[in-house]
Amino acid sequence: MNLDIRLPIGILFSLLGGILAGYGLLGDASRNEQSLGVNLNVGWGFVLLVFGLVMFVFGRRAMREAGRKTAPRS
Amino acid sequence: MAGIDWLILSLYIVFVVGIGFALKSSMKTSTDFFLAGRAIPAWVCGLAFISANLGAQEVIGMGASGAKYGIATSHFYWVGAIPAMVFVGIFMMPFYYGSRARSVPEYLRLRFDEKTRGLNAISFAIMTVFSSGISMYAIAKLVQTLHVLDGPFQRFGISSSRIFDFAILISAVIVLAYTFLGGLSSAIYNEVVQFFLIVAGFLPLTWIGLKNVGGWTGLKARLDPSFTHSWVGLGHAHTNRLGVEWFGLVMGLGFVLSFGYWCTDFLVVQRAMAAKSMSAARRTPLIGAVPKMLFPALVILPGLIAIALPTQPAVPNANLAVMAQPQGQGIIPYKVDANSGKPALDKDGKPQLDYDLAVPNMLLHYFPPGMLGLGLTALLASFMSGMAGNVTAFNTVWTYDIYQSYIRPNATDEHYLWMGRVATVFGITFSIAAAYMANRFNNIMDMLQLVFAFVNAPLFATFLLGMFWKRATGHGAFSGLLSGTAAAAVHHGLTLPAGAAAGIKGGWLGLGLVHTYPSEMAQNFWTAIYAWTTCFLVTIFVSLLTRAPEEGKLVGLVYSLTARPEEEPLAWYARPAPLAIIVLSATVLLNIIFW
Repeated sequence: MNLDIRLPIGILFSLLGGILAGYGLLGDASRNEQSLGVNLNVGWGFVLLVFGLVMFVFGRRAMREAGRKTAPRS
Repeated sequence: MAGIDWLILSLYIVFVVGIGFALKSSMKTSTDFFLAGRAIPAWVCGLAFISANLGAQEVIGMGASGAKYGIATSHFYWVGAIPAMVFVGIFMMPFYYGSRARSVPEYLRLRFDEKTRGLNAISFAIMTVFSSGISMYAIAKLVQTLHVLDGPFQRFGISSSRIFDFAILISAVIVLAYTFLGGLSSAIYNEVVQFFLIVAGFLPLTWIGLKNVGGWTGLKARLDPSFTHSWVGLGHAHTNRLGVEWFGLVMGLGFVLSFGYWCTDFLVVQRAMAAKSMSAARRTPLIGAVPKMLFPALVILPGLIAIALPTQPAVPNANLAVMAQPQGQGIIPYKVDANSGKPALDKDGKPQLDYDLAVPNMLLHYFPPGMLGLGLTALLASFMSGMAGNVTAFNTVWTYDIYQSYIRPNATDEHYLWMGRVATVFGITFSIAAAYMANRFNNIMDMLQLVFAFVNAPLFATFLLGMFWKRATGHGAFSGLLSGTAAAAVHHGLTLPAGAAAGIKGGWLGLGLVHTYPSEMAQNFWTAIYAWTTCFLVTIFVSLLTRAPEEGKLVGLVYSLTARPEEEPLAWYARPAPLAIIVLSATVLLNIIFW
């Protein structure tokens, strides 16, 4: 299989996390009344962003290694 | 839903379909399409293994049960899943993965005979099509109830009566797109994405809900103790919320139903068969068991919190009208009768709670725009993972076990790959038809699900004897399966849960009642116990009367005639046996904590 699943997961969660965190930072505080005053968008968005970046790094490294193994030696 | 929520939802859809496109070029042979080329790492298979089982009905249904029965619902995980997952990984996977079988029905042909395979393949194919139809129906109903699409439909001037059709169509098209393009690999990869999304959507819900009620201690203080203990009161069926005694629970759910599902259902076993090595295949259910044992925190606790919250006029959520319904208990509204528009009453004339809204209402209650989009996307992801599981299991069983066996043997591999894609299309088309059937004739669906339960209940006896008793014969297995199913039907036809009328709930044989169970759950568990025992005994009896199978043909298929699988040089924690011990110990610990 020429796709490491961590790569798309990494990109998707980095984007989701980035969007949530950005949205949470820009909005006003009244939006957080529902969530007990906690800015869930910022907090959880940041967690997802970190998770996404870690997955991305591992996925890219694995795919590079796989590529090196299969590529013909020059 | 706000613009940000739509953005999150669309991003998810782009990714799942994109993965299908990315894998399209890898689909060169039928093995690539149906078995993912047997090249998937263990952790990916493990997450797909539980994700395929975690459909929307599970997320919604477990939350509902949490609100209704309390933490005892976790028996469906700690008793009704983990032991069976460990068993299939340690003891059964060597035969599934090690034999030449490409599917579970094909194992039955190698081990027993053609008729046993045919019975299993055909009933399984029908069941998967109907199950994915029923889950499609459930998600479309949910979209309707939550008014997710009302805003956009109004804007474009489309009648809101078309929302159901639209939800069915769009969900079918998305799942079709990625399973058609990338086959099992695409389904498995997406199940991993969906697994992480479900966790991402529900973990913060549990966190904020617990924070609100003062943690587990606070939750215990708000609820009757019967909600917060899983084993206390199980000595007798009348002293716990489930209405089952411990023996019926452990034998019926923990042994017969759970092993029957996790150890024989191709939908989950297929994920392990796609693993890249024998040890990866054996580790698949064990790795899956780790998050599985923690899922009660994600899917059951929100239900408990929903019922524990003070009954309150909830904060109205933008564009979503569900909270305007009449309040019931906690944030769970009363059930509304679809015909009269008034609260639906139970047999004592009391209004019923609509427990299925526990989890959706929790999302609406706590999540601001942004997080709400993530939560709803998680719900949608759970639905898709369950449906794709059914679709990929269906197209494999159809192509290998029905089409190649009975309709067109000896065709080229290319032809079977083509057939797999065609089967994906008509499998989903049938599922759509089943979804509309569920919408029009609810009773037919209840009846079908009952018949499926009768067919499934005896299965594990057949596999157990097949794998561990070399004397079991094809005639024995076939007659055992039929008589087990018959025993289930007869038992159900002669018993009733307390307070129910004869009909779909039981007692339909019209010969009077042999026993009245304290609850429907107890009746189901005991139906399974009777079916399993009958199948077990009849298989042994008929096997002894018929000619023993040739031992030479059973190598690799029966325990006593198969060499133990060789262990690869792996770190101790990655080997199946230590992993199994860790998983089982942790499960025991959880049972003690929530005793």
